[in-house]
Amino acid sequence: MSAHNDSNPPEPVDLSNPKLSRFEVYKEGLRRDDIEIIHYEPRFAKPGTKAEKRMERIVSGLFLFSGLFATAFVAAYIWWPWEYEGAATWRDLQTWYTPVLGTTLGLSLLFFAVGVLTWAKKLLPVEELIQDRHDGGSSSDDRKIAEATVDNMVEDMGLKRRPFLVKAALLGAAPLGLAAIAPLGALIKDPGDMLTVTGWNAEKHNDGEPIRFMMKDGALVRPDMVSVGGQITVYPAIDHGATNQHPTSPVLLIHLRDADAEVLRGNLYPMYQDVDALWGNFVAYSKICTHVGCPTSLYEQQSQRLLCPCHQSQFNVVDNAAPVFGPATRHLPMLPFTVDEEGFFIAKSDFLVPPGPAFWNRPSLPEEDEK
Amino acid sequence: MKRRKGTSDSLLTKAGGELDDRFKLALPARILFNKVFPDHWSFLLGEIALFSFILLLLSGTFLALFFEPSMVEVTYNGVYVPLQGVEMSQAYHSALDLSFEVRGGLFMRQLHHWSTLLFMASILVHMLRIFFTGAFRAPRETNWMIGIVLFWLGFFEGFFGYSLPDDGLSGTGLRIMEGMTESIPFIGPWASAALFGGQFPGTSVISMLYIIHVFVFPLLILALITVHIGLVFAQKHTQWPGPGRTEHNVVGFRMFPNYVMKQVGFMLFIWGVLGAMAGLFQINPIWLFGPYEVSVVSSASQPDFYVMYLDGLIRLFPAWELRIPPYFTLPPVFWPGIVGMGLSVMLPLLYPALERRFTKDRGHHNLLQRPRDNAGRTSLGVMVVVFWIIGVISGGNDVFAEQFDISLNAMTWAGRIGLVVMPIIAYYVTYRICLGLQQHDREVLAHGLETGILMRDPNGRFYEVHQPLAEPDEHGHTELEYNGWVVPKKMNRIGALPPADKGFFKSIEEPSEDGRAERRDEIESGKH
Repeated sequence: MSAHNDSNPPEPVDLSNPKLSRFEVYKEGLRRDDIEIIHYEPRFAKPGTKAEKRMERIVSGLFLFSGLFATAFVAAYIWWPWEYEGAATWRDLQTWYTPVLGTTLGLSLLFFAVGVLTWAKKLLPVEELIQDRHDGGSSSDDRKIAEATVDNMVEDMGLKRRPFLVKAALLGAAPLGLAAIAPLGALIKDPGDMLTVTGWNAEKHNDGEPIRFMMKDGALVRPDMVSVGGQITVYPAIDHGATNQHPTSPVLLIHLRDADAEVLRGNLYPMYQDVDALWGNFVAYSKICTHVGCPTSLYEQQSQRLLCPCHQSQFNVVDNAAPVFGPATRHLPMLPFTVDEEGFFIAKSDFLVPPGPAFWNRPSLPEEDEK
Repeated sequence: MKRRKGTSDSLLTKAGGELDDRFKLALPARILFNKVFPDHWSFLLGEIALFSFILLLLSGTFLALFFEPSMVEVTYNGVYVPLQGVEMSQAYHSALDLSFEVRGGLFMRQLHHWSTLLFMASILVHMLRIFFTGAFRAPRETNWMIGIVLFWLGFFEGFFGYSLPDDGLSGTGLRIMEGMTESIPFIGPWASAALFGGQFPGTSVISMLYIIHVFVFPLLILALITVHIGLVFAQKHTQWPGPGRTEHNVVGFRMFPNYVMKQVGFMLFIWGVLGAMAGLFQINPIWLFGPYEVSVVSSASQPDFYVMYLDGLIRLFPAWELRIPPYFTLPPVFWPGIVGMGLSVMLPLLYPALERRFTKDRGHHNLLQRPRDNAGRTSLGVMVVVFWIIGVISGGNDVFAEQFDISLNAMTWAGRIGLVVMPIIAYYVTYRICLGLQQHDREVLAHGLETGILMRDPNGRFYEVHQPLAEPDEHGHTELEYNGWVVPKKMNRIGALPPADKGFFKSIEEPSEDGRAERRDEIESGKH
């Protein structure tokens, strides 16, 4: 039966024999489970020696310390001042609330852990046993019987004799499976124009009236609010224009220096020349990266680059914000704008190409492919 | 005293009898108690994941009592002064309240986050152990595949988890997920609209992720962990080769009390470490990030480490966009983000089948392989590890560039080139190291251990004394077969030369009983 050992397997014992010791009965259990003891001896040769007592004391001490720290944790959880009271220094007790919880609970668990581990490693008998693995499949008898049982079942149901019944069942079950997942269809929504139209679309959001620029706090934007070389983030001055309801609308308004503006005018794509997208030395770029949509919020004034901190795409401000490094492939769309009679910035139209990350049916304009 | 003891004994017997009457437990319980487990420290790596998961369930339940997964806009009016009056979602508000106004809430949040990191890290290390020792081979391929699925469930469970607080960092992660989703050909925009209930970020994604995060995925993970451990139990654990160990037996100690006590101790140890970390080390201070706004991001926006390699690949992938005008675009993020993730799922899942196919090895394997003995597999594994590490580093390349004053573009290019070149170098170097180690094992088996003792013979020739591992023939050679066991490489591995002096911090002078000290002197002076 047991193939693991060359030596003779232990003999079965007669369990009805009243003279059997507990250990002999126990060993009979091991034998029946195909386990053989290779090595088994008490950790301490003589029970009750000084060394054993000492180990017992150590383990008990560890458990008691654990209880002590657990009590400290509960006490600290209840009585340690914890409420946040604004700026505090390390002298204020409440700043130590979380560290105290961690230290007490951690130490309590660690003491108990070391206690249990020491018990297992220093007090349990030293043992090594060997058990038969019984690897591989079932015995050939079992296989044969199982096979016959399944065949009998197939025969009982007549799966082979009634092929049409089987097909009909499958044809019925397939739509049922579909019916089970069909309700998930409630999640499907037509993306519509959400990826192509932004908050700058006057027809959709402002009854056709031109949309003004506003700042986060709602203040309308005038040219004198941005110094030369400076930049601010502006939003469409519509309802919730500066909130996440208009995620592709944020625009970076940059006041270029004369020389830079001159370079940009020279580089301007024809579609932006046609609509006269700049106003003076001001330019407005979509702030949403054309890679996967993070805000391109780092403006390097010296190199005239915009950098997206998510994946390091870089855009050249004086060349239509065309990508110059990193994974982005498209320029940041320019928002054509001007100043109305009251002196506030207004958008002339929505972006000419969809801002933000690309998608498969994104309309591309030939100008984009030129560079 | 004695009488009480007798009573409790008979009580136990009585209780056991009652239970057995009802559930017929005597036989299955005995088999369970007696089951023999092999022992090695590396078999405990997966346990770390299990114990972290239990802690995740416990701490997560606490958090769910206070967190409100709602994207309704509210004005913050809590105790944290810098954010007072700021518009934010209810989800972020309740996450702030958890940090500031729930007793022990910050501790629980940090416990949950640290447990996640340990959960994912231990899964990864456990996976490497299984891979490099060949434990995934037949009959255990199914369990390997379950393990891979568990890793990916954990990956998304973690990602959804840190997306829930709706702070600046988590919104940035969702934004990137949106960009990736939209890049899928044909269904992209529709998939994104389904995910966010229309336009990103919408008002529903947090509640959708919430039910997945607290119910669907934990249930799946729990079910799969149960099957995973059940299969380890039923198929019996693999073991390292060694004296008396064969493909057909298990050498170790019993489940009860030995194995279970060590497991309980280890579990409490892991919990203790995590508990201390949760109290002492800050993680994800969401109050510093502010609510998520589409127009705001801070530099050094990094995901959790297990997502970082994917982010790194997205950073490194060149700006290659496929355009077929007028209406077809395949954005660059599609390749690392969607295809890359798909391959990272499929290749590990299929690896056992691929190895079976190419090695034509269809046997059952219950003895583990030392990594050096399968140089091809080990080198392939190191190749993947190097690829992954470069991905992770690149996922934080802006931080590296800033901290070490390196050009960001240089970091990106180093990553791009490294991703292609380094794995090939890693493969070659690992292969050579494996062969070298194999050769050295055989050298020691043939010629014995290097003792470090140099001798000079009467002709003036210097030579090193070798300690043969068996009785040598007349040329000093031993005919020992390599059989996958660890070959001793140092004298103290074969029981020679224990330290003559005990004591750790200071010397404990004790005359040794068996004259070991003298023997050491003899050996060192070459008399032996």
